[in-house]
Amino acid sequence: MTAEVAVLGAGMHPWGKWGRSFVEYGVAAARAALVDAGVDWRDVDAIVGADTVRGGYPGYVAGATFARALGWQGARVTSVYAACASGAQAIGAARAQILAGLADVVLVVGADAAPKGFFRPAGGDRPDDPDWLRFRVLGATNPTYFGLYARRRMAVHGDTPEDFAQVKVKNSAMGALNPNARYRKRVTAQEVAASAVVADPLRLLDICATSDGGAALVLSSLDFARRHGVARPVRISAVSTVSPRYPTTVLDLPDIATDSAAAVEPAGEPFRASIAHAAYEEAGVGPDDLSLAEVYDLSTALELQWYEDLGLCAEGEAAKLLREGATAPGGRIPVNPSGGLSSFGEAVPAQAIAQVCEVTWQLRGQAGERQVAGARVAVTANQGLFGHGSAVVAVR
Amino acid sequence: MVEGWFTGDGDDFRLLGTRCSACGSVFFPREDTFCRNPGCQGGALAEVPLSRRGRVWSYTDSRYRPPSPYVTEPELPWEPYTLIAVELAAERIVVLGQAVPGITVADLAVGMEVEAVPGVLHEDARTTWTTWRWRPTGVTR
Ligand SMILES: [Zn+2]
Repeated sequence: MTAEVAVLGAGMHPWGKWGRSFVEYGVAAARAALVDAGVDWRDVDAIVGADTVRGGYPGYVAGATFARALGWQGARVTSVYAACASGAQAIGAARAQILAGLADVVLVVGADAAPKGFFRPAGGDRPDDPDWLRFRVLGATNPTYFGLYARRRMAVHGDTPEDFAQVKVKNSAMGALNPNARYRKRVTAQEVAASAVVADPLRLLDICATSDGGAALVLSSLDFARRHGVARPVRISAVSTVSPRYPTTVLDLPDIATDSAAAVEPAGEPFRASIAHAAYEEAGVGPDDLSLAEVYDLSTALELQWYEDLGLCAEGEAAKLLREGATAPGGRIPVNPSGGLSSFGEAVPAQAIAQVCEVTWQLRGQAGERQVAGARVAVTANQGLFGHGSAVVAVR
Repeated sequence: MVEGWFTGDGDDFRLLGTRCSACGSVFFPREDTFCRNPGCQGGALAEVPLSRRGRVWSYTDSRYRPPSPYVTEPELPWEPYTLIAVELAAERIVVLGQAVPGITVADLAVGMEVEAVPGVLHEDARTTWTTWRWRPTGVTR
């Protein structure tokens, strides 16, 4: 078990299509987190920014961009890019600085102004980039990968499109209660079934949209939290940032093929499961200890996959777990009480941080109508393009 | 489109990968620089043809026009195409590709046998970009 760090503050800029710069969203989220923590920006030792590559050149150096916007005050600065796992890696970098004694208080910020429509690779002819290749050679957008996973689940586990739709029904009911969510309308199974097919068998309402948004956290040492008058802070007890193990045998974004298992026998545990496993091991908890989970529901079917990879149920049992209501509010293990990405949309560098904001509010008992009663232990999970795994365990 | 990913015509069409001479790992798309097996000190990477036939691991389609760098004619109505991920038993690898034109998701099932055939990705007045396609065996179009 690794030493813990405290979550002193959490803040967000609401998700949506606001048409402003990612800097504005990040600064709004940062200021909210600082107010929540009761910490003056000038007393922050370090800032870590989760990068966006969509906001032009300053996006590549998000830490400094946010620091300049908040007012230069000399803090240690870090910027990290890990696609969807950027926010978790930013939290990981902040935690490492605190545990190493390099900083007492660290501000973590992620924000994005997403383009409309499909995500696409940067321009130019770049056949050495697998992300460019999958678009150029196959036209394989992110939703087509989600469609492949969904169809595979149907064939192997007997999941149905109706099961997938129930994930949307559940998450939209939660998103309707979340003032930071972009979509605040309950969706019915009939509405999912009536929406256009994007990548068979998935429909528009099975797939999460792109959005603008921002999220921020103020992390500190437990000593600082105590001196600051917070006796029982929410604590982060694990940050998993593992990579896959060769050979990866599940076709994954952005690759055109899996690794071949001809020469090396694959590990028993697939990559997504290893992400959660590493977090559990570091935190000294297991799936049975969880009060709630926030997972990347980039598609409804992918949320079901996470149930199994997080060990909430056995392989192939996810749809059954959903149908039993175990992952709904009031169930044994509510998943995505925030409303999930299906209610927020993707603001890539912000979303892993937003997951930790939600579990912080849940663990403090401040989640309002979305509150999971008596929440004590929470896990967040996601996966970033190019082999970035990420999961965070937070406890109270 | 991309150099050295496939070769041949008709029944001789094959996807081309590379194989590490030290550990036997196979790579597609071809890996010509490093063997990616972490337990391998690295050997010479030699070109190797992949199995022509495999079984459908999963499939989907693209009902909306993908963004560039995929090349389409924006003035023409969008024609969805089908994508098939195919498991090659000998290489123990799954390779994604477009289905031959005319094959829709309704024609497919997980586990079905398919074969690699040559296809055209895009052409303009000066250039034809060739590619590979997956076609259910027994289908002749
Ligand atoms: Zn090798």
